[in-house]
Amino acid sequence: MYLAKIYVTHKPSILDPQGEAVKNALHRLNYTSIDSISQGKFFEVKLNADSKDAAVKTVESICKDLLVNQNMETYRYEVEEG
Amino acid sequence: MKFAVISFPGSNCDWDMYYAINDALGEEADMVSSESTDLDQYDGVLIPGGFSYGDYLRSGAIARFAPVMKAVKKLADAGKPVLGVCNGFQILVEAGLLPGSLQNNTSMEFISDWAPLKVVNNRTMFTNGYSKDQVIKVPIAHGEGNYYCDDATLQELKDNDQIVFTYEENPNGSCDNIAGITNRAGNVLGMMPHPERAVESILGGTDGLTLFKSILNQVRS
Repeated sequence: MYLAKIYVTHKPSILDPQGEAVKNALHRLNYTSIDSISQGKFFEVKLNADSKDAAVKTVESICKDLLVNQNMETYRYEVEEG
Repeated sequence: MKFAVISFPGSNCDWDMYYAINDALGEEADMVSSESTDLDQYDGVLIPGGFSYGDYLRSGAIARFAPVMKAVKKLADAGKPVLGVCNGFQILVEAGLLPGSLQNNTSMEFISDWAPLKVVNNRTMFTNGYSKDQVIKVPIAHGEGNYYCDDATLQELKDNDQIVFTYEENPNGSCDNIAGITNRAGNVLGMMPHPERAVESILGGTDGLTLFKSILNQVRS
């Protein structure tokens, strides 16, 4: 069994109004040191695979097929035995 | 002409669309479940607004895998009219039937208002009843209507006259004020504004009815 942690965020070139709204709220709470916030999605995926390479291949595939809209989002992941 | 109005779990403009066709346009529309796999008996498909599958993951991302979508693609490939409004537009881009994506409005607010739109291309099967550059009034109601595509795609949309409607006053941050686009072939239209909510004067205007009449014109000519 493997555990994949997948992080999906907006591409840097894409405006992230949710991140902006959260940053502005923190500024209103006097967290003036906050420079920028990017809001994204986090997935924990447990999967069966014969090897770590096979697990990575499946994770890459599910990112492209469903979890990520590659027009506007980018992603990274960690895969560990779990 | 017989239309299918596709009803997904979470669609909430399906009945508006149904009555726009059956009552205002005077044609036939059936309510068709998203679990259906056969649309062969229909001359066109209408994908209504709402929050299909709760907008989980991304708007339209789950609806794209509903059983009916294979039949929608088949009908689109056959050149029949496919109209996606609001969440329907979001579903069509997620399904790859139209290019680009719909992001959160830049204001982070859900906007419900009447929007003046310009008919940029009146040579489509959806807009032949309007005059070129006519400004029409149609309601908008969305939180994620901010159309985005990369520069290369935008250029393609322009070169192929795929931009059909633009906002006169950009409400949501859409690139190039885009409110509605077609596919390259011109038989799939996605738009954020709701023509089905502007089909009777008691609703505030009839500019939306002209869109549905345009489809009839095209099919009957």
